[in-house]
Amino acid sequence: MSVVKRVSMIFKAKANKALDRMEDPRETLDYSYQRQLEMLTQVRRGVADVATSRKRVELQMNSLQQQQTKLDGQARQALGSGREDLAREALTRKSGLQNQISDLQTQYQSLQADEEKLTAASQRLQAKVEAFRTQKETIKATYTAAEAQTRIGEAVSGISEEMGDVGMAVQRAQDKTAQMQARAGAIDELMASGALDDVTAQPNDDIQRELDQMGSSHDVDRELARLKGELDQGEAPREIEGSASGAAGNGQSGTVADKPQAGDGS
Amino acid sequence: MIIRILGEGQLAVDDSLAGELNELDARLEAAVSAGDEAAFRPVLAEMLERVRGAGTPVPADSFEPSDVILPYSDASMDDVRGLLSEDGLIPG
Repeated sequence: MSVVKRVSMIFKAKANKALDRMEDPRETLDYSYQRQLEMLTQVRRGVADVATSRKRVELQMNSLQQQQTKLDGQARQALGSGREDLAREALTRKSGLQNQISDLQTQYQSLQADEEKLTAASQRLQAKVEAFRTQKETIKATYTAAEAQTRIGEAVSGISEEMGDVGMAVQRAQDKTAQMQARAGAIDELMASGALDDVTAQPNDDIQRELDQMGSSHDVDRELARLKGELDQGEAPREIEGSASGAAGNGQSGTVADKPQAGDGS
Repeated sequence: MIIRILGEGQLAVDDSLAGELNELDARLEAAVSAGDEAAFRPVLAEMLERVRGAGTPVPADSFEPSDVILPYSDASMDDVRGLLSEDGLIPG
């Protein structure tokens, strides 16, 4: 027998078996409706679970991307200060994060697709359940043995198939979400344990420390140069300042005295 | 006839599509028998694409059971084997 025929047959058999038939067919209607409402709750919970999982992956992705940006800035800063070795180290760490980010991106897309599918399934089931409720009341009102029994059988089989389908979709999404939660938890744990310290920029990150040290020694050098400059031509501006008085005099002294400083600063 | 694509719902499809679907089904069967995942996936994709293109969604107030049920779009061959097994993927 063909694959499709077997899948169809087994699926239908299982979906119908899932619903125990009551002695009174009208009870079967009510029971089926109860099951449908339960299934709707289950699907909505499934959608919420997938959304939570997706948001968690998004947060992790953002935090790793921030670390990447920081490393990129450090590489620029290092290169600007002529420290190619430090820049290389920062870029190496940056590329190390890329694999994790790519993995999270794949997970994110997959969860997003699941969320969309499950939302659509939930809407489909809701429309079906509403239609079933209407039909259920009609069948019960016009209940005349044989005819009603046929209609009940049809309606219940049809909705059972839908529930089997939706139930399977929820279960698949939940299995997948559980797997991804486990992986996300592992990344959270790694981040918290500090095991990623050697690839991510931490507060006491050594690249930053070296850059900070370099930065402060540069500041000291710059300050020294400025002071030396002031001393070298210290007498001339002071004489101008001393000889002039009032606002106009201050303006003049400013333009003359500021020139060497501006040159140092650039 | 009414075809359900698992995870996507029911579609009403003209009976004239049966011949083409049977051909695709035979190729699917061959792929499963040979354990050839690389052949299986594109055939399944083609089958679903064909049904989606030719079908119209069945209204919500219809409770007609499907004539044919097709696996969900990202099903692997293992998933299909699961669908076929006694205590497979369908929650009972």
